[in-house]
Amino acid sequence: MQAKLSVVALSVAAAFALSACGEKEAPAPVAAPAAPAAKPEVVVKLGHVAPMTGPQAHLGKDNESGALLAVEELNAQGLEIGGAKVKFELVSEDDQADPKQGTIVAQKLIDAKVNGVIGHLNSGTTIPASKLYSDAGLPQISPSATNPKYTQQGFKTAFRVMANDIQQGKVLGEFAAKQGAKTVAIIDDRTAYGQGLADEFRKAAEAAGLKVVANEYTNDKATDFKAILTKIKSTKADLVFFGGMDAQGGPLVKQMKDLGIKAKFLGGDGVCTPEFMKLGGPAADGQFCSLPGVPLEQLAKGPEFKSKFETKFGYQIQLYAPNAYDAVMVIADSMKRAGSVEPAAYLPEVGKTKMEGVSGNIEFDQFGDLTSGAISVYKYEGGTLTYVETLGGAPAAAPAPAEAPAAPAAPAEEKK
Amino acid sequence: MDIFLQQIINGLVQGSIYALVALGYTMVYGIMGLINFAHGEVVMIGALVSITVTSTLAAAGMPLGLAGLFGLVAAMLTCMALGWSLERIAYRPLRGSPRLTPLITAIGMSIVLQNLAMIFWGRNYLTFPPLLPKINFEFAGTHFTLVQVVIVLLSATLMAGLIFLVYRTKLGMAMRATAQNPAVASLMGVNINRVIASAFVIGSALAAVAGVMVGSYYEIAHYQMGFMLGLKAFTAAVLGGIGNLAGAMAGGLLLGIIEALGAGYIGDLTGGFLGSHYQDIFAFIVLIVVLMFKPSGLFGEKTGDRA
Repeated sequence: MQAKLSVVALSVAAAFALSACGEKEAPAPVAAPAAPAAKPEVVVKLGHVAPMTGPQAHLGKDNESGALLAVEELNAQGLEIGGAKVKFELVSEDDQADPKQGTIVAQKLIDAKVNGVIGHLNSGTTIPASKLYSDAGLPQISPSATNPKYTQQGFKTAFRVMANDIQQGKVLGEFAAKQGAKTVAIIDDRTAYGQGLADEFRKAAEAAGLKVVANEYTNDKATDFKAILTKIKSTKADLVFFGGMDAQGGPLVKQMKDLGIKAKFLGGDGVCTPEFMKLGGPAADGQFCSLPGVPLEQLAKGPEFKSKFETKFGYQIQLYAPNAYDAVMVIADSMKRAGSVEPAAYLPEVGKTKMEGVSGNIEFDQFGDLTSGAISVYKYEGGTLTYVETLGGAPAAAPAPAEAPAAPAAPAEEKK
Repeated sequence: MDIFLQQIINGLVQGSIYALVALGYTMVYGIMGLINFAHGEVVMIGALVSITVTSTLAAAGMPLGLAGLFGLVAAMLTCMALGWSLERIAYRPLRGSPRLTPLITAIGMSIVLQNLAMIFWGRNYLTFPPLLPKINFEFAGTHFTLVQVVIVLLSATLMAGLIFLVYRTKLGMAMRATAQNPAVASLMGVNINRVIASAFVIGSALAAVAGVMVGSYYEIAHYQMGFMLGLKAFTAAVLGGIGNLAGAMAGGLLLGIIEALGAGYIGDLTGGFLGSHYQDIFAFIVLIVVLMFKPSGLFGEKTGDRA
């Protein structure tokens, strides 16, 4: 009897874990406010997918807000495509940063006959979903999935509007060497993004002559890193690289300090956010991270976007909102050039995009990656991100001042 | 050696939190044979309430330490009320129904509470104000903070208090009587409803303290923080022998230490074949082995058919 009980208890625990995964339903789709309709309108539905619940919900909301801003602006312009007035509508879905859920909502969007997809946020959800969009012939532009594999699968429908992790990992590896580190410890969160970035960093770091002394792993829901950090401490690494998101990175950098680890911290775009600094507190100060592209402040349309965003939503840009905005604009622009909102008709035009977006110059190569893959390095200083330098890629519009610890101008801080 | 010691300290702190939460599971289970899966969510609500109260008071000019104390008390009161209502709404009406029915409402309540918290506190991570001064200790090559020391001591004190309550007071005697046989206990004049309600209330107060501790340890709180913690604490309770107070404590500490050692050494032990993300394997292998040889858990009592 007792034996049976324990078994029941265990299986219940398992069932609970499973059911909880499927249970958090997406919040209601965000509908754009109705524009005054004079003549018959064509409604263009754009799917948007990001985690709207769970540990990365703040980033999901960030992307969604960026896309929403674009949709509202397009509607206010009263755009006409192929002679008919069009009204854009954002159909927002929640993939919970879970690859399984990612394919479910992808199918849902395909069934709902959306005209294009902005998303997903995570590489781990974007890659499996991209197969479905490709089969359905639906153009997909991810504003934030940086894993190289996404565009290497040979899908004609897959695009992204920021540099990928081959470029980012390379820049970070070289930057680590430039910082004078000799040995590095690498932690990744075992997601497609974190693992991918860590792998690219490892390659670049080894190529730059660094020694990788520890490879440790965590997951994208963890809060306690003391055990792996203790192990890293025993290796006396000069630098700890983290491939993962801000919700883990913040506590991680704090726990490094608690354990008396003197090593520097370096991370990619996933931790280059205000949220990271909020969670990491003073422990984040003096550490470095990188973001694809050049700072908004250095771009023609960047500062305007920043102020529009902050006025409308009342919160700071976290990370990829400008890219989500651009992704919507790329689709609208392609539709305009094709004179049609049908996916099959405007898809060829997406690849031919030449646009000055708010996040930089947008032109795609044959894979759907940006041709200019610039990466900028930032330093955390007193709760803001200070621009350090831009490396790699074709320096699109960046008059990158070399090594600038004294930070250019005030607004150049908290980049997105 | 200092690394090994450091891992033990890491595990001890984590384990103390597990143990404190596990007490809530085990107390309710011991008395009425119900697994209250919403318990992890009570921890979460405790942490979030204390953040709100503490930061509101601190913003109004109260010194942080005092504000934190108020936050803790507010969290405990809220969670006690919550625990009482959970029992009243979700479990009491189902008393006497098949075992699985209250289990399902428990899972339901857990989801409801998570979503309510999401609506109320939002999706973002909240930073927990540092309630205790940041003091780092260094001892024999190991590093630990004041918060960690307080967590271990406070947990130990609360656990000792609970044992005293159960074995040395009238309410405790009533609890033990109800656990043994509710029908007979009620014939002897024990108000079972009151006893069960007080088990929920006490468990929830402990959960609130655990929530505040977790919050101030990691300095973050989030509406989903209770889920994994609840699952781990439940595992700890099963490991120690669910229904047994000493077992829950031992199980919690053991689980914390196994996890820390697992993460620290699994890579070396398997020659790099398994990485530190497999740390949970250790904990669950231990759990399975214990259940195979001692199905009622490490300290489980032979409770006959009822439990």
